[in-house]
Amino acid sequence: MIGEKLLELVIRFSGISAILFVLAIFLFVFREALPVLTSEKFSVIQFFTSIEWYPTSVNNVRYGTLALIAGTFSVTLLAMAFAVPLGLGGAIFLSEFCGPKLRETLKIVIELLAAIPSVVWGFIGLTVMSRIIVKYTSAPVGVNMLNGAIILALMAVPIIVSIGEDALKAVPDAYREAGQALGATKWQLVYRVLLPAAKNGLLAAVLLGVGRAVGETMAVLMATGHAVHIPHGILDSIRTLTANIAAELGEAPVGSEHYRVLFLTGVLLFTITFLVNLGADLVIRGVRRK
Amino acid sequence: MNLNQVSRMGVVAALTVCALLYPGCSGSNRDAERAGAATIQNKGSDTMVNVAQAWAEEYRTVNPKVDVEVSGGGSGVGIAALIRGTIDIANASRDIKDEEIQQAKANTGKEPKGFVAGYDALAVYVNRTNPLDEISLEQLAEIFVEDGRITKWSQLGVRIPDVRDDTIVRVSRQSSSGTYEFFREKVLHKKDFELGSRDMNGSKEVVELVGNARTAIGYSGMGYANSGVKMLRIAEKPGQPGVPPTAETTLNKTYPIARSLNLYVLGDPKGAVKDYIDWILSNAGQQIVEASGYVPLSAKKSAR
Repeated sequence: MIGEKLLELVIRFSGISAILFVLAIFLFVFREALPVLTSEKFSVIQFFTSIEWYPTSVNNVRYGTLALIAGTFSVTLLAMAFAVPLGLGGAIFLSEFCGPKLRETLKIVIELLAAIPSVVWGFIGLTVMSRIIVKYTSAPVGVNMLNGAIILALMAVPIIVSIGEDALKAVPDAYREAGQALGATKWQLVYRVLLPAAKNGLLAAVLLGVGRAVGETMAVLMATGHAVHIPHGILDSIRTLTANIAAELGEAPVGSEHYRVLFLTGVLLFTITFLVNLGADLVIRGVRRK
Repeated sequence: MNLNQVSRMGVVAALTVCALLYPGCSGSNRDAERAGAATIQNKGSDTMVNVAQAWAEEYRTVNPKVDVEVSGGGSGVGIAALIRGTIDIANASRDIKDEEIQQAKANTGKEPKGFVAGYDALAVYVNRTNPLDEISLEQLAEIFVEDGRITKWSQLGVRIPDVRDDTIVRVSRQSSSGTYEFFREKVLHKKDFELGSRDMNGSKEVVELVGNARTAIGYSGMGYANSGVKMLRIAEKPGQPGVPPTAETTLNKTYPIARSLNLYVLGDPKGAVKDYIDWILSNAGQQIVEASGYVPLSAKKSAR
């Protein structure tokens, strides 16, 4: 009896621990960042509008994150331009066009794709992809936005495929039967019936893919070239918010202004991913209510 | 579920963690007590953190009673900790400043004493296909400094074969790197870097990127050279002959951007700290300096 009660307690704790962890992490990150807001050298306007990121300058310290924000958004957008057609196409093929045997194989392979550690992706970007890009484009350096976007796209595709496929599977078979009874071709069925019916689920799939791409760190750190620079083209090197934190936090003296500003970029990042995930969640809820 | 239950669960979890961790901890503590051992706290330069860790590991086989704890953070962080008296040895890839000596005297009553444990020649790398062999410090600064005048290879009179756009691709280090700070101090004279350089996260990555990009230039430790790159000769002033980064030019101080790797202690070292520093300065310690890619104190001790 006691054993059973204890087990129930442990499981209950595991259940609610997620909430505790999220709150604790947010509080901690925010508490570390807070003192910098009142510092003389720091200005919120500069933080959001300046591209000049000189956290360790001897004479003129500047904390402008505009280039980092632009880097994060540009590489994510480009990644989604690759990942959304590929992911949704994959989901449609898996759920509507492919036979059961091929589907099982494909699902396993896609899961494998999702299980590749991000540092391995980064390694592929740094070595294989960068050489390909230098060979076939006019880019002087292979580590750039295009490289990072391709890597991020490959990482986001499995998420989009598996959630998108679930969304399509959730469309009742009656819809398909009705469509076929009306003489719709397979493509008409997908385009006119299934996509509109599953659009919330598919949007959620895309948003979760976006969340994955925004939050990814190691792969973009290795593949984007890590240059503080507003990109003018897809072959420019960029730096993302995540990569910047990863590169600098380890060695910023604890409690220094630089350290606190990095935590502030963490708060910014947390807010962005929170909004994206919240959006995805609300959209999924919308699906369920129907 | 009430609070009581939650706290009980917390205790259970804490006990489990302790049970998992405790045997290891207590075991090593007991070993240490039995041997009457000492722990040496060693902190500072990120450039030296690898060689410092290699020393600490090797020293464990020499004197198992002494445990050396190594951490990075930067030369300034190490010296600040020494001034507060919280560590035994500070690693620094720069010389201690006068005001730091004064602070240490005021705070601890002891004068910091420095030992040079090795040298590093900061090499400037370009791609192997780049016809340039030599560069002056001034030109180097104009390439890397904020609003610098040199942005294209043609401005240096260099024509890179088979390249349409000859904009110089600057390869730098992340701002927390000690190498970054040394370069900023000695080459840029404490001015800031121009933004937009590819800031690599390690010395090796700088060299690899330069090896893959024909229009790139970067700086890194001399030990990282590979077949895709070449190290430039550095001229102190334009028109002067360039000096290649080698163990010899580092030791005779003709290479302009060489630096010593220092250890600082408070007062004259005693006991375990003295033994450790003596060992670092001995043949065995110096071999580790060389194995880590730096220049040992005397070229005679070098096996190369």
